[in-house]
Amino acid sequence: MNAEERYTPLNWPDHPETQTLEGKNKFLGFWLFLAGETVLFASLFATYLALKDSVPDSSHPLAKDLFNLPLVFAMTMILLTSSITSVYAIYHMRNYHFKKMQAWFVITVLLGAGFLALEIYEFTHYVHEYHFTFGSSAFSSAYYTLVGTHGAHVTFGLCWIIALLVRNAKRGLNLYNAPKYYVASLYWHFIDVVWVFIFTVVYLIGKVG
Amino acid sequence: MENEQVKNPNLRAHHDYRRKKSAKEMQVQVITFALMIFLTIVAFIAVGIGDFSVKFIIPFILLLAVIQVGFQLYYFMHASQKGHELPMFFMYSAVIIAFVTVLAFVTIIWW
Repeated sequence: MNAEERYTPLNWPDHPETQTLEGKNKFLGFWLFLAGETVLFASLFATYLALKDSVPDSSHPLAKDLFNLPLVFAMTMILLTSSITSVYAIYHMRNYHFKKMQAWFVITVLLGAGFLALEIYEFTHYVHEYHFTFGSSAFSSAYYTLVGTHGAHVTFGLCWIIALLVRNAKRGLNLYNAPKYYVASLYWHFIDVVWVFIFTVVYLIGKVG
Repeated sequence: MENEQVKNPNLRAHHDYRRKKSAKEMQVQVITFALMIFLTIVAFIAVGIGDFSVKFIIPFILLLAVIQVGFQLYYFMHASQKGHELPMFFMYSAVIIAFVTVLAFVTIIWW
């Protein structure tokens, strides 16, 4: 089967992402990568939990002094919404609606950028208002490493989706690029999965003590 | 499997059937999304009220997070569809390692 063959909505396959051998390999390999990422984030969560509120003296802020729940709530809603918009993108990809798929991916990117802007605001706020920098305590190092690694994943995800959209802007949908879009959306959902644990374990549990 | 569809004379009917099927799936996705938003709001309100004991609230919001991640994996990432046996084997192996790592760091390691 020629991966760059032109399709119509009538003969476009049900699961275009796994039609070619390359697509099947991407799909399986990417899930293996996500399993590895799960272990990576587990080690960062474990470190954070072990070092939470480990500060040299009482002049340093603790988790419950620092975190601002309304801001975290806004970030959570934005990222959750960007998850459903990328589900819409894949829905249109499977229905062979190239333009609609592009539009939903653009909305996903915009929401992701909004999330990232709030996270940057949050970090600068901590640094300026609380002098809570990367090196100020074991707690701050563990916090910035965990949440910052997630933020780096969001940044990478945004660059990835933008690159895919630009590179394939005039190609339309085919079996060559369908797995690429599919795998990028899996990555985006994984970012959301990690954030669900971050807002629960870091922010909400941080607030209760 | 797809080649059979291309040769199928009744392509239009199959296409219409598929459209309907994926529209139904999308409806389920939107319901899932509404439930996820609901679980998130419940978790934030439970912490925001601040009246519950720590022993209750931590397991409670962790449970909400696990349910939400389940929705994310099985619906948004399509793991409930066919062909996800090996990916889920990878993911559950990772979850076991993740669980043991976190458990070790919060119980038997101290600083």
